[in-house]
Amino acid sequence: MALHFELVSPSRLLFSGEVASVQLPGSEGEMTILPGHAPVLSTLKPGVVTVQKSDGADKIFVRGGFAEVNASGLTVLAETAIPLADLDASALARQIKNAEEDVADATDDEKKRKALEALDHLKALQGAI
Amino acid sequence: MPSLKDLRNRIASVKATRKITKAMQMVAAAKLRRAQEAAVAARPYAERMATVLSNLASAMEGKPGAPVLLSGTGKDDVHLLVVATAERGLCGGFNTSIVKLAREHADRLIAQGKTVKILTVGKKGNDALKRLYGKYIIEAVDFRGIKAVEFGHAGGVAQKILALFEAGQFDVCTLFFSEFKSVISQKPTALRLIPASIDTSKVPDLGGAVYEAEPEESEILGDLLPRNIAVQVFRGMLENAASEQGARMSAMDNATRNAGDMINKLTIRYNRQRQAQITKELIEIISGAEAL
Repeated sequence: MALHFELVSPSRLLFSGEVASVQLPGSEGEMTILPGHAPVLSTLKPGVVTVQKSDGADKIFVRGGFAEVNASGLTVLAETAIPLADLDASALARQIKNAEEDVADATDDEKKRKALEALDHLKALQGAI
Repeated sequence: MPSLKDLRNRIASVKATRKITKAMQMVAAAKLRRAQEAAVAARPYAERMATVLSNLASAMEGKPGAPVLLSGTGKDDVHLLVVATAERGLCGGFNTSIVKLAREHADRLIAQGKTVKILTVGKKGNDALKRLYGKYIIEAVDFRGIKAVEFGHAGGVAQKILALFEAGQFDVCTLFFSEFKSVISQKPTALRLIPASIDTSKVPDLGGAVYEAEPEESEILGDLLPRNIAVQVFRGMLENAASEQGARMSAMDNATRNAGDMINKLTIRYNRQRQAQITKELIEIISGAEAL
């Protein structure tokens, strides 16, 4: 029996298909969804979604996510979703450094808030690798 | 009666215009395809979001503690109209029809004695509204210089709306945009954002099972509802982008055709006049020769 899994971001449908299991970074703890799981609604914290397929595992970083399990399968809605394979540790480290400088250079609150947000996002990404 | 030279100039100028409208039509056609794809690709997220929300909302029904974004403030004295239009003109009635719908809505509210506030997204809507409704416009966002709408842009607009709501600046928020039906048909639409308009008929059948919510339903709703606003604004902007290009394409197609007709008419007139002049000159020569 396979689990129907869909990963959707606001701009497109990223993944749709049958998988063996999915590990989710739930906001109240990690959880693994297997086929036939009871209906669940959960928010996700920024982290990595691991998709176990018959031919290996996919790791995808998600942020601003939400998961829903019902009889028809698992649906993950994520504002940002980036496959881990597409991330480059050294490029990320450089971006973090830039972002830190942005925070230090920020002249007003609004700019500082934005810079901090960007830095947070990058750090979460780095943590995922 | 215009001289031959005037007619020649006129034909040249119409031909130049036709070239421009033809080019604009082709550009719009290419952009339309991309915009349409983006609008279609964004649908699953909005749909899933709507299902989840209707689910949660029906679970919360009748229970106290529902988030204000869902239940509203309990008043409807102050209305915020978010009018999303294009950044450019020359796209037929696209901008006008959205603005017209918003204006009718505003007039109705004002007649009922409500307070109206307007937030415009897109330069054209602001231009059209500022003369008569300038005093109601509280903010104008424009996205000039942005090639494709991204979720982040919609997120920014949504944050503005939410900040205003939290500051108690309005009770009801309605978004105006144009829904993309087809290349030749775009429908101006009003969508209520706050309190969220939720279709409870979409609740999936769980066969008696109950959702286990982690964290509490109300907390999830509190997290999802602000995001839903961003999603709806994003959807509106994408639909707008596709509609704009569709409207421009058909407008420019008409313009190109009209220019072609005009060139034909002017060319016939030019030829007739040239012929008349030749005949006249011949008559002059012949009668001159006969007189000798």
